[in-house]
Amino acid sequence: MKLASLTLAAALTGGVALAGEVAPKEVAFTEDGAIEASLTGTPGDAANGAMIVGEKSKGNCVACHQVSALADVPFQGEVGPSLDGAGSRWSEAELRGLVANAKKTFDGTVMPAFYKVDGFIRPGDAYTGKAPAGPLSPILSAQEIEDVVAFLMTLKDES
Amino acid sequence: MNFKAMTAIAVIATAPLAALAGPDEDKLVVNGEIEMVTKTAAPAHLSDALDEIYSGWRFRSDETQALQMDDFDNPAMVFVDQAQDAWDTVEGTEGKSCASCHDSVEESMAGVRAVYPKWNEEAGEVRTLAMQINDCRENKMGAEKWKYTGGQMAAMEALISVQSRGMPVNVAIDGPVKETWEKGKEIYYTRYGQLELSCANCHEQNYGNMIRADHLSQGQINGFPTYRLKNAKLNTAHARFKGCVRDTRAETFKPGSDEFVALELYVASRGNGLSVEGPSVRN
Ligand code: HEC
Ligand code: HEC
Repeated sequence: MKLASLTLAAALTGGVALAGEVAPKEVAFTEDGAIEASLTGTPGDAANGAMIVGEKSKGNCVACHQVSALADVPFQGEVGPSLDGAGSRWSEAELRGLVANAKKTFDGTVMPAFYKVDGFIRPGDAYTGKAPAGPLSPILSAQEIEDVVAFLMTLKDES
Repeated sequence: MNFKAMTAIAVIATAPLAALAGPDEDKLVVNGEIEMVTKTAAPAHLSDALDEIYSGWRFRSDETQALQMDDFDNPAMVFVDQAQDAWDTVEGTEGKSCASCHDSVEESMAGVRAVYPKWNEEAGEVRTLAMQINDCRENKMGAEKWKYTGGQMAAMEALISVQSRGMPVNVAIDGPVKETWEKGKEIYYTRYGQLELSCANCHEQNYGNMIRADHLSQGQINGFPTYRLKNAKLNTAHARFKGCVRDTRAETFKPGSDEFVALELYVASRGNGLSVEGPSVRN
Protein backbone atom coordinates (compact mmCIF):
# COMPACT_ATOMS: atom_id res chain seq x y z
CA MET A 1 0.00 0.00 0.00
CA LYS A 2 2.64 2.49 1.07
CA LEU A 3 4.98 1.26 -1.64
CA ALA A 4 2.28 1.53 -4.25
CA SER A 5 1.50 5.13 -3.44
CA LEU A 6 5.18 6.03 -3.50
CA THR A 7 5.62 4.46 -6.91
CA LEU A 8 2.60 6.32 -8.11
CA ALA A 9 4.08 9.56 -6.85
CA ALA A 10 7.29 8.86 -8.73
CA ALA A 11 5.39 8.13 -11.91
CA LEU A 12 3.40 11.32 -11.62
CA THR A 13 6.34 13.60 -10.95
CA GLY A 14 8.35 12.05 -13.78
CA GLY A 15 12.00 12.67 -14.53
CA VAL A 16 11.68 14.85 -17.57
CA ALA A 17 10.18 18.30 -17.68
CA LEU A 18 7.21 18.61 -20.01
CA ALA A 19 7.34 21.00 -22.95
CA GLY A 20 7.08 24.59 -21.76
CA GLU A 21 8.15 23.70 -18.23
CA VAL A 22 11.24 25.02 -16.54
CA ALA A 23 13.35 21.95 -15.64
CA PRO A 24 14.82 21.77 -12.12
CA LYS A 25 18.34 22.55 -13.30
CA GLU A 26 17.17 25.58 -15.30
CA VAL A 27 15.33 27.39 -12.55
CA ALA A 28 16.46 31.01 -12.16
CA PHE A 29 16.52 32.17 -8.54
CA THR A 30 16.88 35.83 -7.61
CA GLU A 31 19.63 36.77 -5.21
CA ASP A 32 17.13 36.48 -2.36
CA GLY A 33 15.95 33.03 -3.38
CA ALA A 34 12.71 33.91 -5.21
CA ILE A 35 11.59 32.54 -8.58
CA GLU A 36 9.87 35.28 -10.57
CA ALA A 37 8.35 33.28 -13.44
CA SER A 38 5.87 30.42 -13.23
CA LEU A 39 7.51 27.03 -13.75
CA THR A 40 4.73 25.94 -16.11
CA GLY A 41 2.79 28.97 -17.35
CA THR A 42 -0.37 27.25 -16.09
CA PRO A 43 -1.97 28.88 -13.04
CA GLY A 44 -1.72 26.79 -9.88
CA ASP A 45 -4.70 24.86 -8.50
CA ALA A 46 -4.97 25.80 -4.83
CA ALA A 47 -7.21 22.85 -3.96
CA ASN A 48 -4.71 20.38 -5.35
CA GLY A 49 -1.97 22.35 -3.59
CA ALA A 50 -3.78 21.85 -0.28
CA MET A 51 -3.86 18.11 -0.90
CA ILE A 52 -0.12 18.05 -1.69
CA VAL A 53 0.75 20.01 1.45
CA GLY A 54 -1.14 17.54 3.65
CA GLU A 55 -0.45 14.27 1.86
CA LYS A 56 2.36 12.13 3.23
CA SER A 57 3.36 10.69 -0.15
CA LYS A 58 3.40 14.17 -1.76
CA GLY A 59 4.77 17.34 -0.13
CA ASN A 60 4.15 16.15 3.43
CA CYS A 61 4.67 19.77 4.46
CA VAL A 62 2.57 19.25 7.59
CA ALA A 63 5.25 16.86 8.84
CA CYS A 64 7.11 20.01 9.81
CA HIS A 65 4.53 22.82 9.56
CA GLN A 66 1.23 23.55 11.22
CA VAL A 67 -1.49 24.85 8.85
CA SER A 68 -4.80 25.88 10.43
CA ALA A 69 -6.57 25.79 7.05
CA LEU A 70 -5.88 22.04 6.96
CA ALA A 71 -7.23 21.39 10.46
CA ASP A 72 -8.63 18.03 9.33
CA VAL A 73 -5.13 16.73 8.57
CA PRO A 74 -3.91 15.08 11.80
CA PHE A 75 -0.42 15.28 13.33
CA GLN A 76 0.95 18.62 12.18
CA GLY A 77 4.60 19.14 12.97
CA GLU A 78 6.64 21.76 14.80
CA VAL A 79 9.98 21.65 13.02
CA GLY A 80 9.19 24.71 10.88
CA PRO A 81 7.06 27.80 11.59
CA SER A 82 3.29 27.77 11.15
CA LEU A 83 2.30 28.48 7.55
CA ASP A 84 -0.71 30.53 8.64
CA GLY A 85 -0.43 33.93 7.01
CA ALA A 86 2.36 32.85 4.65
CA GLY A 87 0.47 34.41 1.73
CA SER A 88 0.59 37.78 3.50
CA ARG A 89 4.23 37.53 4.55
CA TRP A 90 5.59 36.48 1.19
CA SER A 91 5.05 37.28 -2.48
CA GLU A 92 4.16 34.57 -4.96
CA ALA A 93 7.70 34.64 -6.37
CA GLU A 94 9.19 34.26 -2.91
CA LEU A 95 6.91 31.34 -2.08
CA ARG A 96 7.81 29.62 -5.36
CA GLY A 97 11.47 29.92 -4.43
CA LEU A 98 10.82 28.69 -0.89
CA VAL A 99 9.04 25.55 -2.03
CA ALA A 100 11.43 24.81 -4.91
CA ASN A 101 14.58 25.24 -2.81
CA ALA A 102 14.25 26.94 0.58
CA LYS A 103 18.03 26.92 1.02
CA LYS A 104 18.24 29.81 -1.44
CA THR A 105 16.17 31.90 0.98
CA PHE A 106 17.27 30.47 4.34
CA ASP A 107 20.88 29.44 4.23
CA GLY A 108 21.32 25.95 5.68
CA THR A 109 17.65 25.46 6.51
CA VAL A 110 16.35 22.05 7.56
CA MET A 111 13.59 22.36 4.95
CA PRO A 112 14.13 20.03 1.98
CA ALA A 113 14.21 21.30 -1.62
CA PHE A 114 11.18 20.06 -3.55
CA TYR A 115 12.32 20.97 -7.06
CA LYS A 116 15.91 19.87 -7.20
CA VAL A 117 17.49 16.78 -8.76
CA ASP A 118 21.22 16.92 -8.11
CA GLY A 119 23.89 17.89 -5.61
CA PHE A 120 22.74 15.31 -3.02
CA ILE A 121 24.92 13.06 -0.86
CA ARG A 122 23.98 9.38 -1.27
CA PRO A 123 20.54 10.04 -2.69
CA GLY A 124 18.26 7.02 -2.64
CA ASP A 125 15.42 5.58 -4.68
CA ALA A 126 12.64 7.37 -2.78
CA TYR A 127 12.22 5.66 0.64
CA THR A 128 13.61 2.24 -0.28
CA GLY A 129 17.08 2.87 1.17
CA LYS A 130 18.53 1.66 -2.13
CA ALA A 131 20.56 3.56 -4.71
CA PRO A 132 18.43 5.10 -7.45
CA ALA A 133 18.19 3.16 -10.72
CA GLY A 134 18.33 6.26 -12.91
CA PRO A 135 18.29 10.04 -12.74
CA LEU A 136 16.33 11.49 -9.82
CA SER A 137 12.97 13.13 -10.15
CA PRO A 138 12.21 16.22 -8.12
CA ILE A 139 9.99 15.43 -5.11
CA LEU A 140 7.23 17.57 -6.61
CA SER A 141 6.59 18.25 -10.31
CA ALA A 142 6.64 21.77 -11.74
CA GLN A 143 2.85 21.95 -11.75
CA GLU A 144 2.66 20.58 -8.22
CA ILE A 145 4.99 23.38 -7.09
CA GLU A 146 2.67 25.90 -8.75
CA ASP A 147 -0.34 24.28 -7.06
CA VAL A 148 1.33 24.47 -3.64
CA VAL A 149 2.25 28.11 -4.22
CA ALA A 150 -1.36 28.86 -5.19
CA PHE A 151 -2.52 27.26 -1.95
CA LEU A 152 0.05 29.14 0.15
CA MET A 153 -1.15 32.41 -1.43
CA THR A 154 -4.60 31.74 0.07
CA LEU A 155 -3.12 31.65 3.59
CA LYS A 156 -3.68 35.32 4.49
CA ASP A 157 -3.50 37.02 7.86
CA GLU A 158 -6.90 37.40 9.50
CA SER A 159 -6.55 41.14 10.12
CA MET B 1 14.06 41.52 1.44
CA ASN B 2 15.61 41.19 4.84
CA PHE B 3 17.01 37.81 5.74
CA LYS B 4 17.42 38.52 9.45
CA ALA B 5 13.83 39.68 9.82
CA MET B 6 12.58 36.51 8.17
CA THR B 7 14.60 34.31 10.42
CA ALA B 8 13.25 36.26 13.37
CA ILE B 9 9.68 35.64 12.23
CA ALA B 10 10.41 31.96 11.92
CA VAL B 11 11.91 31.80 15.40
CA ILE B 12 9.06 33.69 17.04
CA ALA B 13 6.48 31.60 15.25
CA THR B 14 8.09 28.36 16.40
CA ALA B 15 8.79 29.36 19.99
CA PRO B 16 5.37 28.87 21.63
CA LEU B 17 5.06 25.35 20.26
CA ALA B 18 8.59 24.40 21.23
CA ALA B 19 7.96 25.60 24.76
CA LEU B 20 5.05 23.20 25.12
CA ALA B 21 6.95 20.25 23.76
CA GLY B 22 10.29 18.90 24.88
CA PRO B 23 11.24 16.01 27.13
CA ASP B 24 9.09 15.41 30.18
CA GLU B 25 10.23 15.43 33.82
CA ASP B 26 9.27 11.87 34.74
CA LYS B 27 11.76 9.70 36.63
CA LEU B 28 12.69 6.22 35.53
CA VAL B 29 13.16 3.61 38.25
CA VAL B 30 13.10 0.03 37.01
CA ASN B 31 11.64 -2.71 39.24
CA GLY B 32 11.44 -0.15 42.01
CA GLU B 33 15.21 -0.36 42.47
CA ILE B 34 17.36 0.56 39.46
CA GLU B 35 17.45 4.36 39.29
CA MET B 36 18.17 5.48 35.78
CA VAL B 37 19.82 8.77 34.84
CA THR B 38 17.62 9.88 31.93
CA LYS B 39 18.78 13.50 31.93
CA THR B 40 22.23 14.85 32.70
CA ALA B 41 24.79 17.44 31.66
CA ALA B 42 26.13 16.91 28.15
CA PRO B 43 29.61 15.37 28.00
CA ALA B 44 32.42 17.89 27.44
CA HIS B 45 32.89 16.99 23.77
CA LEU B 46 29.27 17.97 23.13
CA SER B 47 29.03 21.09 25.26
CA ASP B 48 29.12 23.53 22.35
CA ALA B 49 26.08 21.80 20.83
CA LEU B 50 23.94 20.74 23.81
CA ASP B 51 23.61 21.62 27.49
CA GLU B 52 21.65 18.57 28.57
CA ILE B 53 21.32 15.08 27.22
CA TYR B 54 18.14 13.02 27.56
CA SER B 55 17.27 9.40 27.16
CA GLY B 56 14.66 8.66 24.51
CA TRP B 57 12.49 7.41 27.40
CA ARG B 58 11.73 11.03 28.35
CA PHE B 59 10.03 11.62 25.01
CA ARG B 60 7.66 8.69 25.07
CA SER B 61 4.04 8.62 26.26
CA ASP B 62 3.24 7.67 29.86
CA GLU B 63 1.87 4.33 28.65
CA THR B 64 5.05 3.45 26.77
CA GLN B 65 7.22 4.69 29.62
CA ALA B 66 5.37 2.47 32.09
CA LEU B 67 6.23 -0.67 30.12
CA GLN B 68 9.90 -0.12 30.87
CA MET B 69 9.46 0.41 34.59
CA ASP B 70 8.91 -3.20 35.50
CA ASP B 71 10.50 -6.27 33.95
CA PHE B 72 7.19 -8.12 34.16
CA ASP B 73 5.69 -5.53 31.82
CA ASN B 74 8.72 -5.11 29.57
CA PRO B 75 8.05 -7.17 26.41
CA ALA B 76 11.80 -7.35 25.73
CA MET B 77 12.40 -9.59 28.74
CA VAL B 78 11.26 -12.77 27.00
CA PHE B 79 14.16 -12.27 24.59
CA VAL B 80 16.54 -11.83 27.50
CA ASP B 81 15.37 -15.23 28.78
CA GLN B 82 15.91 -16.75 25.34
CA ALA B 83 19.42 -15.33 25.21
CA GLN B 84 20.13 -16.76 28.67
CA ASP B 85 19.39 -20.19 27.18
CA ALA B 86 21.63 -19.42 24.21
CA TRP B 87 24.37 -18.33 26.64
CA ASP B 88 24.40 -21.80 28.15
CA THR B 89 23.99 -23.73 24.90
CA VAL B 90 26.99 -25.48 23.37
CA GLU B 91 27.30 -24.72 19.66
CA GLY B 92 29.94 -25.05 16.96
CA THR B 93 32.98 -27.20 16.29
CA GLU B 94 34.75 -26.37 19.56
CA GLY B 95 32.02 -27.78 21.77
CA LYS B 96 31.68 -24.55 23.73
CA SER B 97 28.95 -22.20 24.91
CA CYS B 98 29.39 -18.57 25.98
CA ALA B 99 29.31 -19.87 29.54
CA SER B 100 32.28 -22.16 28.87
CA CYS B 101 34.52 -19.11 28.69
CA HIS B 102 32.58 -16.44 30.58
CA ASP B 103 30.80 -18.42 33.36
CA SER B 104 27.89 -16.50 34.78
CA VAL B 105 26.67 -13.65 32.61
CA GLU B 106 25.74 -11.62 35.71
CA GLU B 107 29.34 -11.43 36.81
CA SER B 108 31.36 -11.52 33.61
CA MET B 109 29.24 -9.09 31.65
CA ALA B 110 28.58 -6.46 34.33
CA GLY B 111 29.76 -3.10 32.97
CA VAL B 112 30.46 -4.38 29.47
CA ARG B 113 27.60 -2.70 27.60
CA ALA B 114 28.52 0.66 29.14
CA VAL B 115 31.91 0.91 27.41
CA TYR B 116 31.08 -0.43 23.93
CA PRO B 117 31.96 0.22 21.12
CA LYS B 118 35.58 0.03 22.21
CA TRP B 119 39.08 -0.57 20.93
CA ASN B 120 40.29 -4.16 20.57
CA GLU B 121 44.06 -4.06 20.79
CA GLU B 122 44.71 -7.51 19.39
CA ALA B 123 42.52 -7.01 16.34
CA GLY B 124 43.52 -3.37 15.97
CA GLU B 125 39.93 -2.25 15.42
CA VAL B 126 36.97 -0.58 17.04
CA ARG B 127 34.50 -3.29 18.01
CA THR B 128 30.81 -3.04 18.63
CA LEU B 129 29.18 -5.52 20.98
CA ALA B 130 27.73 -7.31 17.96
CA MET B 131 31.18 -7.63 16.38
CA GLN B 132 32.59 -9.01 19.61
CA ILE B 133 29.76 -11.51 19.97
CA ASN B 134 30.29 -12.74 16.42
CA ASP B 135 34.04 -12.90 16.93
CA CYS B 136 33.51 -15.21 19.89
CA ARG B 137 31.06 -17.32 17.92
CA GLU B 138 33.31 -17.67 14.91
CA ASN B 139 36.74 -17.92 16.46
CA LYS B 140 36.17 -19.30 19.96
CA MET B 141 33.17 -21.54 19.39
CA GLY B 142 33.55 -22.43 15.73
CA ALA B 143 29.90 -21.51 15.31
CA GLU B 144 28.19 -19.53 12.60
CA LYS B 145 28.00 -15.78 12.88
CA TRP B 146 24.63 -14.29 13.71
CA LYS B 147 22.98 -11.77 11.41
CA TYR B 148 24.09 -8.34 12.57
CA THR B 149 20.61 -6.99 13.24
CA GLY B 150 18.83 -10.35 13.64
CA GLY B 151 16.75 -11.59 16.53
CA GLN B 152 19.44 -13.77 18.13
CA MET B 153 21.98 -10.97 18.07
CA ALA B 154 19.50 -8.44 19.45
CA ALA B 155 18.52 -10.84 22.23
CA MET B 156 22.13 -11.53 23.22
CA GLU B 157 22.85 -7.79 23.25
CA ALA B 158 19.82 -7.38 25.50
CA LEU B 159 21.05 -10.05 27.92
CA ILE B 160 24.47 -8.42 28.09
CA SER B 161 22.96 -4.95 28.42
CA VAL B 162 20.79 -6.01 31.38
CA GLN B 163 23.97 -6.71 33.37
CA SER B 164 24.90 -3.01 33.11
CA ARG B 165 21.51 -1.42 33.66
CA GLY B 166 21.81 1.76 35.68
CA MET B 167 25.52 2.16 35.05
CA PRO B 168 26.60 5.29 33.18
CA VAL B 169 27.47 4.98 29.50
CA ASN B 170 31.17 5.65 29.33
CA VAL B 171 32.68 5.03 25.91
CA ALA B 172 36.20 6.26 25.21
CA ILE B 173 36.54 8.79 22.42
CA ASP B 174 40.29 9.37 22.24
CA GLY B 175 43.44 7.31 21.93
CA PRO B 176 43.21 4.63 19.24
CA VAL B 177 39.47 5.18 18.63
CA LYS B 178 39.85 8.88 17.90
CA GLU B 179 39.93 8.53 14.13
CA THR B 180 36.82 6.34 14.08
CA TRP B 181 35.06 8.73 16.44
CA GLU B 182 35.87 11.69 14.15
CA LYS B 183 34.52 9.77 11.21
CA GLY B 184 31.31 8.99 13.11
CA LYS B 185 30.95 12.64 13.99
CA GLU B 186 31.30 13.64 10.37
CA ILE B 187 28.59 11.16 9.39
CA TYR B 188 26.32 12.50 12.16
CA TYR B 189 26.47 16.00 10.71
CA THR B 190 26.30 15.05 7.01
CA ARG B 191 23.04 15.91 5.27
CA TYR B 192 22.20 12.74 3.37
CA GLY B 193 19.61 11.93 0.77
CA GLN B 194 17.21 13.85 -1.37
CA LEU B 195 15.76 15.44 1.76
CA GLU B 196 19.27 16.58 2.76
CA LEU B 197 18.84 15.82 6.46
CA SER B 198 21.54 14.94 8.97
CA CYS B 199 21.09 13.14 12.27
CA ALA B 200 21.73 16.53 13.88
CA ASN B 201 18.94 18.25 11.91
CA CYS B 202 16.39 16.05 13.64
CA HIS B 203 17.99 14.91 16.90
CA GLU B 204 20.11 17.93 17.90
CA GLN B 205 18.26 20.89 16.38
CA ASN B 206 14.73 19.58 16.75
CA TYR B 207 14.49 17.19 19.66
CA GLY B 208 11.33 17.89 21.59
CA ASN B 209 9.49 18.95 18.44
CA MET B 210 6.87 16.89 16.66
CA ILE B 211 7.70 15.72 13.14
CA ARG B 212 4.32 14.57 11.89
CA ALA B 213 3.19 12.03 14.53
CA ASP B 214 6.64 11.48 16.01
CA HIS B 215 8.01 13.23 19.07
CA LEU B 216 11.67 13.73 18.23
CA SER B 217 14.15 12.59 20.87
CA GLN B 218 17.89 13.14 20.88
CA GLY B 219 18.34 9.79 19.12
CA GLN B 220 20.38 8.37 22.00
CA ILE B 221 21.32 4.69 22.01
CA ASN B 222 21.71 4.10 25.77
CA GLY B 223 18.42 2.15 25.64
CA PHE B 224 19.41 -0.28 22.90
CA PRO B 225 18.48 -2.86 21.96
CA THR B 226 14.98 -1.51 22.14
CA TYR B 227 11.63 -3.25 21.93
CA ARG B 228 9.44 -1.27 19.56
CA LEU B 229 5.69 -1.55 19.86
CA LYS B 230 5.54 -0.64 16.18
CA ASN B 231 7.22 -3.83 14.96
CA ALA B 232 6.85 -5.93 18.13
CA LYS B 233 10.47 -7.06 18.26
CA LEU B 234 13.87 -6.11 19.59
CA ASN B 235 15.68 -3.59 17.41
CA THR B 236 19.40 -3.00 17.24
CA ALA B 237 21.03 0.41 16.94
CA HIS B 238 22.21 -0.25 13.39
CA ALA B 239 18.70 -1.21 12.28
CA ARG B 240 17.50 2.10 13.70
CA PHE B 241 20.28 4.04 11.98
CA LYS B 242 19.34 2.37 8.72
CA GLY B 243 15.71 3.37 9.12
CA CYS B 244 16.57 6.96 9.90
CA VAL B 245 18.93 7.29 6.92
CA ARG B 246 16.33 5.68 4.65
CA ASP B 247 13.81 8.26 5.80
CA THR B 248 15.95 11.03 4.33
CA ARG B 249 15.42 9.44 0.89
CA ALA B 250 19.03 8.29 0.98
CA GLU B 251 20.88 5.14 0.05
CA THR B 252 21.56 3.68 3.48
CA PHE B 253 24.76 2.17 4.84
CA LYS B 254 24.76 -1.51 5.76
CA PRO B 255 24.39 -2.66 9.35
CA GLY B 256 27.86 -3.59 10.56
CA SER B 257 29.55 -1.39 7.93
CA ASP B 258 32.56 0.72 8.90
CA GLU B 259 30.34 3.78 8.59
CA PHE B 260 27.70 2.53 11.03
CA VAL B 261 30.34 1.23 13.46
CA ALA B 262 31.88 4.71 13.49
CA LEU B 263 28.44 6.28 13.82
CA GLU B 264 27.58 3.96 16.71
CA LEU B 265 30.74 4.93 18.56
CA TYR B 266 30.01 8.61 18.05
CA VAL B 267 26.30 8.41 18.95
CA ALA B 268 27.11 6.28 22.01
CA SER B 269 29.57 8.95 23.16
CA ARG B 270 26.85 11.60 22.91
CA GLY B 271 25.12 9.62 25.65
CA ASN B 272 28.10 9.38 28.00
CA GLY B 273 26.61 9.92 31.46
CA LEU B 274 23.13 8.53 30.75
CA SER B 275 22.34 5.15 32.26
CA VAL B 276 22.50 1.96 30.27
CA GLU B 277 18.78 1.18 29.88
CA GLY B 278 18.68 -1.68 27.43
CA PRO B 279 16.47 -3.36 26.65
CA SER B 280 14.21 -0.32 26.56
CA VAL B 281 10.67 0.06 25.23
CA ARG B 282 9.81 2.58 22.55
CA ASN B 283 6.92 3.12 20.19
C1 HEC C 1 11.83 18.77 7.33
C2 HEC C 1 11.13 19.97 7.65
C3 HEC C 1 10.33 20.77 6.63
C4 HEC C 1 9.51 20.33 5.62
C5 HEC C 1 9.19 18.88 5.22
C6 HEC C 1 8.97 21.50 4.99
N1 HEC C 1 9.44 22.62 5.61
FE1 HEC C 1 8.95 24.56 5.15
N2 HEC C 1 10.26 25.25 6.59
C7 HEC C 1 10.96 24.45 7.45
C8 HEC C 1 11.73 25.29 8.33
C9 HEC C 1 12.65 24.81 9.46
C10 HEC C 1 11.45 26.63 7.96
C11 HEC C 1 12.00 27.92 8.57
C12 HEC C 1 13.14 28.44 7.77
C13 HEC C 1 14.41 28.46 8.58
O1 HEC C 1 14.61 29.41 9.36
O2 HEC C 1 15.18 27.49 8.46
C14 HEC C 1 10.52 26.56 6.85
C15 HEC C 1 9.97 27.68 6.22
C16 HEC C 1 8.93 27.64 5.30
C17 HEC C 1 8.23 28.79 4.80
C18 HEC C 1 8.44 30.22 5.25
C19 HEC C 1 7.65 30.34 6.52
C20 HEC C 1 7.41 31.76 6.97
O3 HEC C 1 6.34 32.26 6.68
O4 HEC C 1 8.30 32.33 7.57
C21 HEC C 1 7.27 28.33 3.92
C22 HEC C 1 6.25 29.16 3.16
C23 HEC C 1 7.39 26.89 3.89
N3 HEC C 1 8.40 26.51 4.74
C24 HEC C 1 6.59 26.06 3.13
C25 HEC C 1 6.74 24.66 3.06
C26 HEC C 1 6.00 23.82 2.14
C27 HEC C 1 4.91 24.33 1.20
C28 HEC C 1 6.45 22.55 2.30
C29 HEC C 1 6.11 21.28 1.55
C30 HEC C 1 6.02 21.33 0.12
C31 HEC C 1 7.42 22.60 3.39
N4 HEC C 1 7.58 23.90 3.79
C32 HEC C 1 8.08 21.48 3.90
C33 HEC C 1 10.95 23.06 7.49
C34 HEC C 1 10.28 22.22 6.61
C1 HEC D 1 13.88 13.12 9.32
C2 HEC D 1 14.20 13.11 10.73
C3 HEC D 1 15.28 12.17 11.25
C4 HEC D 1 16.59 12.06 10.87
C5 HEC D 1 17.30 12.84 9.79
C6 HEC D 1 17.18 11.07 11.72
N1 HEC D 1 16.26 10.57 12.59
FE1 HEC D 1 16.59 9.25 14.12
N2 HEC D 1 14.60 9.29 14.59
C7 HEC D 1 13.64 10.06 13.96
C8 HEC D 1 12.35 9.81 14.56
C9 HEC D 1 11.03 10.48 14.15
C10 HEC D 1 12.56 8.86 15.59
C11 HEC D 1 11.52 8.27 16.55
C12 HEC D 1 11.30 9.23 17.69
C13 HEC D 1 12.57 9.49 18.47
O1 HEC D 1 12.98 8.66 19.30
O2 HEC D 1 13.22 10.52 18.20
C14 HEC D 1 13.99 8.57 15.58
C15 HEC D 1 14.62 7.69 16.48
C16 HEC D 1 15.98 7.48 16.54
C17 HEC D 1 16.63 6.63 17.52
C18 HEC D 1 15.92 5.85 18.63
C19 HEC D 1 16.02 6.59 19.94
C20 HEC D 1 15.39 5.83 21.08
O3 HEC D 1 15.42 6.33 22.21
O4 HEC D 1 14.87 4.74 20.89
C21 HEC D 1 17.97 6.68 17.25
C22 HEC D 1 19.06 5.96 18.00
C23 HEC D 1 18.15 7.55 16.12
N3 HEC D 1 16.93 8.01 15.70
C24 HEC D 1 19.38 7.87 15.56
C25 HEC D 1 19.54 8.61 14.38
C26 HEC D 1 20.81 8.79 13.70
C27 HEC D 1 22.13 8.26 14.18
C28 HEC D 1 20.56 9.52 12.58
C29 HEC D 1 21.47 9.87 11.45
C30 HEC D 1 22.09 8.79 10.75
C31 HEC D 1 19.16 9.86 12.59
N4 HEC D 1 18.57 9.27 13.68
C32 HEC D 1 18.51 10.66 11.65
C33 HEC D 1 13.85 10.97 12.93
C34 HEC D 1 15.07 11.21 12.31
